[in-house]
Amino acid sequence: MFAYAVKRLIQMLVVLWAVSVIVFMMMSFTGDPVFMVVPIDATDAEIAQARRILGLDRSLPEQYVLFLKNLLQGEFGRSYVFRQPALDLILERLPATLEIVLVALLIATVVAIPLGVFAGANPQNPLSRLIMSGSLVGISLPGFWVGMMLIFIFAVELRLFPSSGRGETVEFLGIRTSLLTANGWHHIVLPAVTLSFGTLAIILRITRAGMMEVMRQDYIKFARAKGVSRRGVLYGHGLRNGLIPVVTIFGLQLGDLIAFATITETIFAWPGMGKLLIDSIYRADRPVIVVYLMLVALIFVVVNFIVDILYTMIDPRITVK
Amino acid sequence: MTAPLLSVRGLRTWFHTFAGIVKAVNGVSFDLMPGEVMGLVGESGGGKSVVGFSILGLIDPPGKIEQGEIVFDGRDLAQLPEDALRRIRGREIGMVFQDPMTSLNPVQTIGRQMDEVLRLHTTLDARARRARCVEMLESVGISQAAERLGAYPHQFSGGMRQRVVIAIAMLARPRLIIADEPTTALDVTIQSQILRLMRRQIAEEGASMILVTHDLAVVAEMVDKITVLYCGKVVEAGPVREVIDTPAHPYTRGLIDSIPNPAHRLPRLNQIPGTVPDVRNLPAGCNFRDRCPRAQALCAEVEPPLIPKRGGQQAACHFPVAIGEPA
Repeated sequence: MFAYAVKRLIQMLVVLWAVSVIVFMMMSFTGDPVFMVVPIDATDAEIAQARRILGLDRSLPEQYVLFLKNLLQGEFGRSYVFRQPALDLILERLPATLEIVLVALLIATVVAIPLGVFAGANPQNPLSRLIMSGSLVGISLPGFWVGMMLIFIFAVELRLFPSSGRGETVEFLGIRTSLLTANGWHHIVLPAVTLSFGTLAIILRITRAGMMEVMRQDYIKFARAKGVSRRGVLYGHGLRNGLIPVVTIFGLQLGDLIAFATITETIFAWPGMGKLLIDSIYRADRPVIVVYLMLVALIFVVVNFIVDILYTMIDPRITVK
Repeated sequence: MTAPLLSVRGLRTWFHTFAGIVKAVNGVSFDLMPGEVMGLVGESGGGKSVVGFSILGLIDPPGKIEQGEIVFDGRDLAQLPEDALRRIRGREIGMVFQDPMTSLNPVQTIGRQMDEVLRLHTTLDARARRARCVEMLESVGISQAAERLGAYPHQFSGGMRQRVVIAIAMLARPRLIIADEPTTALDVTIQSQILRLMRRQIAEEGASMILVTHDLAVVAEMVDKITVLYCGKVVEAGPVREVIDTPAHPYTRGLIDSIPNPAHRLPRLNQIPGTVPDVRNLPAGCNFRDRCPRAQALCAEVEPPLIPKRGGQQAACHFPVAIGEPA
């Protein structure tokens, strides 16, 4: 187990290094950021000086070595726009993004798994067919459209939920969160529901496929022959056996959710790091984009490492080597 | 005369498939006395397993029990609602499946799968349940039972898993065990061990058993009586010695002759010619006539009824094999 963890840690570092190369390459192709820094009426000498300060006058390999050295020292540079360390900017907004991502994931899971289990266990039932058709709609609808429709119905027409902003936050363990205030929950409902749509549909379909496969197995019939109730058969014996693909999708969807959160945050004016990313891309605020991408890559590899550990907890036949 | 523990009368279990109705079980009747062991014999596709699953009410759509009574201890199981059946499954009727490699849940420990039966069907507390599980595992010949409770099925061999399955089936002391080809998937060397184990367990508990098998050799040493199925119908039934020694139905005779006899070796093994007819589309008359060496014109017209012969033996044949006569 320890050897495995070390091996995976090394793998994770390699992945992060590869991401850093890609990010750096991308950044060097996207225009000259020096014009973001200097005033419009700057002289050539001033521009050259700014270049030198930013290290943009050196060759690309030199720049990359410098970039990597700074990364390793936790020095991610300052935002050209905010004149603050880019990492601080991102970390300040990270809780807000994680909030809607986690709430969306929670909604998706709580709704999708029972529906998927039902549809997988009763494939002929008309209700199952309705669920499956509904899930197709969920996959097909673009998130921004869902968001706008929800705003139109629940915020504009019914006036049940606010259409934008994050609501009140309180500090908990040094993190500002809106999940501990009623007003915060009130604000998070619409964006989280919007964000959960696609993931919900995918988890539902994967759960159903897994359950359909599992329900054919002998141990399900054997459990029934022992006198186990329908519910006990489905959730006690069936679900855990069908869960491996669901957990895999979980890990991948988390990345998707963070990516799609940028759109949702933009629609609902949610002050998360996705919205910061969009703003930074408009302003070519390179350091912020770099930190965002590196952070998302880090979250991704960590989550998928956890998923691998979960496999072994779900299925005792799987061991990590 | 004591009442039978299980009395099946005119059972019909059909499967409504796209290709037509499969009459897997089509009018099967038999009685099983307390403590009796019955062999349910026939070729693959003969409807043997479906009889077992029908008794437990484990027939899933498109299958359906169309007709008949399954009277167990005075109650007709064919009429009971699902939740009443659930209290009978595992508690009064236990079942052993064919393939021990797939009948245990791979993600639960042996202990948990055993404990579940006792939790559902007894009022024992956790400690008493555990003690009973250990005792049961030991009695099916698993050593270090207490430690093995924490093991997962994949840590056991096939024979050991079947012992666990038997232990689970016997755990709540059911009065009837339905064993669906319990040794087919096992090594030959393990087969007789498992059969002897089952026989002993049944005798100790005074339970009855239905042993579903295609292997007449297995049946001969295990059971008190035999019911032979062909195309979902009983073609012959009776006490084991009579049926094996003096089979009256040509099908039974064919099955017995197919068992290789080391005493006189043949250049080629005996077999019953042809295959089981398409059960979706059975012709009139005797279902066996196309494969039967004794078939005559009458067999194509009239389906032979099950008629009593000597010594409690019954056979459904117009031209039964007489004692000593070659098939």
